Amino acid sequence: MSHEHTAMNTGEKLFYMANQIAAFFQSQPKSEAADGVAKHINDFWEPRMRREFFQLIDAGTKGLAPLVMEALPKIRRPKD
Amino acid sequence: MSLVHEIDYGTPASLSEKTVTLTVDGKQITVPEGTSIMRAAMDGGVEIPKLCATDMLDSYGSCRICLVEIEGRGGTPASCTTPAMEGMVVHTQTERLQAIRKGVMELYVSDHPIGHDIEAGTGASEFDKTIKQVGLTEVRYDMHGRNHVIAQNGAINPDFVEKDESNPYFTFDSSQCIVCSRCVRACEEVQGTFALTIEGRGFEARVRSGAAEPFLESECVSCGACVQACPTDALREKSVLEKGMPTSSEITTCAYCGVGCSFKAEMQGEEVIRMVPYKDGKANRGHSCVKGRFAWTYATHRDRILNPMVREKISDPWREVSWDEAISHIANEFRRIQDKYGRSSIGGITSSRCTNEETFLVQKLVRQVMGNNNVDTCARVCHSPTGYGLKSTFGTSAGTQDFDSVEHTDTVLIIGANPTDGHPVFASRLKKRLRQGARLIVIDPRRTDIVRSPHIQADYHLPLRPGTNVAVITAMAHVIVTEGLFNEQFIRERCDWSEFEDYAEFVSEKRHSPEEVEKLSGVPADLIRNAARLYARGGNSAIYYGLGVTEHSQGSTTVIAIANIAMLTGNIGRPGVGVNPLRGQNNVQGSCDMGSFPHEFPGYRHISDDATRSVYESLWGVTLDEEPGLRIPNMLDAAVDGSFKGLYVQGEDILQSDPNTQHVAAGLEAMECVVVHDLFLNETANYAHVFLPGSTFLEKDGTFTNSERRINRVRKVMAPKNGYADWEITQLMARAMGFDWNYTHPTEIMDEIAATTPSFAGVNYDLLEREGSVQWPCNEKAPLGTPVMHIGGFVRGKGKLIRTEYVATDEKTGPRFPLLLTTGRILSQYNVGAQTRRTENVHWHEEDRLEIHPHDAEDRGIRDGDWVRIKSRAGETTLRALITDRVATGVVYTTFHHPDTQANVVTTDYSDWATNCPEYKVTAVQVGPSNGPSDWQEEYDALARRNRRISGRLEAAE
Repeated sequence: MSHEHTAMNTGEKLFYMANQIAAFFQSQPKSEAADGVAKHINDFWEPRMRREFFQLIDAGTKGLAPLVMEALPKIRRPKD
Repeated sequence: MSLVHEIDYGTPASLSEKTVTLTVDGKQITVPEGTSIMRAAMDGGVEIPKLCATDMLDSYGSCRICLVEIEGRGGTPASCTTPAMEGMVVHTQTERLQAIRKGVMELYVSDHPIGHDIEAGTGASEFDKTIKQVGLTEVRYDMHGRNHVIAQNGAINPDFVEKDESNPYFTFDSSQCIVCSRCVRACEEVQGTFALTIEGRGFEARVRSGAAEPFLESECVSCGACVQACPTDALREKSVLEKGMPTSSEITTCAYCGVGCSFKAEMQGEEVIRMVPYKDGKANRGHSCVKGRFAWTYATHRDRILNPMVREKISDPWREVSWDEAISHIANEFRRIQDKYGRSSIGGITSSRCTNEETFLVQKLVRQVMGNNNVDTCARVCHSPTGYGLKSTFGTSAGTQDFDSVEHTDTVLIIGANPTDGHPVFASRLKKRLRQGARLIVIDPRRTDIVRSPHIQADYHLPLRPGTNVAVITAMAHVIVTEGLFNEQFIRERCDWSEFEDYAEFVSEKRHSPEEVEKLSGVPADLIRNAARLYARGGNSAIYYGLGVTEHSQGSTTVIAIANIAMLTGNIGRPGVGVNPLRGQNNVQGSCDMGSFPHEFPGYRHISDDATRSVYESLWGVTLDEEPGLRIPNMLDAAVDGSFKGLYVQGEDILQSDPNTQHVAAGLEAMECVVVHDLFLNETANYAHVFLPGSTFLEKDGTFTNSERRINRVRKVMAPKNGYADWEITQLMARAMGFDWNYTHPTEIMDEIAATTPSFAGVNYDLLEREGSVQWPCNEKAPLGTPVMHIGGFVRGKGKLIRTEYVATDEKTGPRFPLLLTTGRILSQYNVGAQTRRTENVHWHEEDRLEIHPHDAEDRGIRDGDWVRIKSRAGETTLRALITDRVATGVVYTTFHHPDTQANVVTTDYSDWATNCPEYKVTAVQVGPSNGPSDWQEEYDALARRNRRISGRLEAAE
């Protein structure tokens, strides 16, 4: 059942989702924006998603929104 | 179990607070002012014979049977149209009245020759009863009314009307009709369809459907209101004509949509004869739609699987096994997988079709027994943004009103909902209010039926381009703020003023003005302005919305935008206003309430909250995971990546209902143990290793919670054909996996829910028995529940106005995919169609069709009914075209009720930023003529056939 398919792999999806979250909080008052992104990811992303997210970031942050970078220190990195 | 008898008071209740006292046959009776004599008498236990009156309809005064005498007044007025007055003295049984009634009844019977012929009807109609009531024993006239017999003296009778059997569920036999107009009035007043009329006068008068068409071909929506209203056997359920009248009944709740109608399941022994809407049901008030009323025969359909089945590989045929073998196989597999791949490698999906109690147990199985939080539910793909948006703004994830609230609404704003198809019984109540003069605004890419239907015309229809909800609603907020239409007092009292100032500054920016938003939404600026002005200044304004709001990449932002305009205008916290999500499935509200989301315990409490976790830890005797679990799309991603290997799916068909079918298939295929628990071998079961047969709503006790937070009882009327209710099966799994669950009845599960969930603290089966139903929160503060929320203040304290920036979806049209596909549902079918396709409802909707505008069709050389190919970046499928200007140019639309269409082969992976709710409502596509099914459809069909084989059976049914 092969098809022309341009779907993202899981890693690409995680960056995409993080950027989507940042796009919402970008418009919120500046003082709340980075905290909002971090809280959202901490509240809703299962540890293996966050683990993979950090592994990807360790390999390079190209394509990641600046607000996600700003939020990064507040996102919980799961224990391995 | 005996028949539940409902009193027919003859005319509707008066809502007046002032009372009057009258005397009827010597009894003093006190009733609200405006009550008819007929109703007052019945209130006092005096039944006046009647034919054209029933309390679901306004009084009509045509049959001349309900006459009474009033002291001090001449004549014999009709008791249904004469209001009770202070001090009135009424007699209902005098010689004069009896003589008149007998005379009138004799005339009816003479023109109703079947009246004494029990063979033709049930012999148990109201008409038959009234004949006895007035004491009619003989008819002096010829009983061959010429309209009613096939021929006279061997000649052809041109006036004779053949019995209409076109509707699959009921017949219309004109020869038994007494032209009381109850059916015509029910169709108008209750249902609001206006499909019936009286044609001709006097002896020639006859009930006609549509323009003298058979019922099935007319506008009739088969809601059953006319059948229920008919006092004779002229309109009668076919099941009753075949099997006779029911002998016992039980009150229960419909298992279709989120309206949650109450029904009497009327039985003969363990066989359902008919479902009749229950007048005391607070969601439906005695009304129904074609699904709940008639489409319940799937419960006994031959396709139902009744034995558990197991197979090693999904390419093997199924092997029927004992319950013991199936359950121990699951327990062994799940534990093996967890040992090999880790505790978090398995999970479960709860069902929005199952009861609260069953859903609670599935999430308990995941959290307590599996030891992780990998539990999700189909609300992920429908109303999860409602949860996020309303919780952020108001503080809790639920609609704010009860359905009765619409009776106090002056302006209705419908956004991305199609209530006449999706929530038909609520739509009837809404249409009734609109006919009384309420104003209507509809925001929808399609011209849905509610925009223009008999005696209803929306004041404004905003046909926006799919994906621009946030821009349009923010533009409405722009108008409300910049034109000073906001409710300052409300905002100062109930919201945070500095947040308002920030929000007001944001929406006032020029880029949010209707003139700017027109450029991207396609909605003329003055339409947006007028809609905003009407919403803000139209008295009590209420918003009703559906999946056209949530199923977008900005679904949660749109919900926030909706909550914002309700707060801005003070339309929260009293009857007639509010923000009301229309929920898709019968118990989708309940499944969310019961902790089906991977980050929340029952009652919407985050799993990282130590206090909540300790409540469950001490009760369940385990340490609970404090990290959120995987959501359905995350589970599928993790499965493809190899870290998620086992799944228990109760009553969902994610392969058909979730977006990007090929990705779902790949995820399921990568798992080592998929357990599907369902009535039928659904599409997901093609990828399952274990199949557990499920039970229907008729076969178990429990509760459903509808869109208005109403907890309604579901009552068992027959033994489960598969052997167990679904909650018992989950319990067997927990026990096999080492946990000693010992529930003997769902009431004990509800007690556990109440003991651990503050918003359910007061709920128990005794209360539900007494009250019929309650709306949560139901606890010490609200012992009988909460019809309207946020009265006097918001659940979260101050209402929170939040900026809503429009971000265009990345699913964009271009030269290769120039059209936007949006999806929805139709009245006669339900969700993926697993139930309704197995009923006679297929007469109305045999296949999914692609709606396309005449211009777009012409450009592509497509004619009505042609097979067309629809292709997106994710996949392609074929179906037949339906050319209509209900959709704008550039937009195409289809339903997703049939597995052979597989509309979700074309929908994409894009999802809501906050909740991962899929963006079903926007897919860029190209449409072209086609010769037949796509490669995917052919391959899938072959796979589905192969994967449904059962050893020892010739051909497995679908």
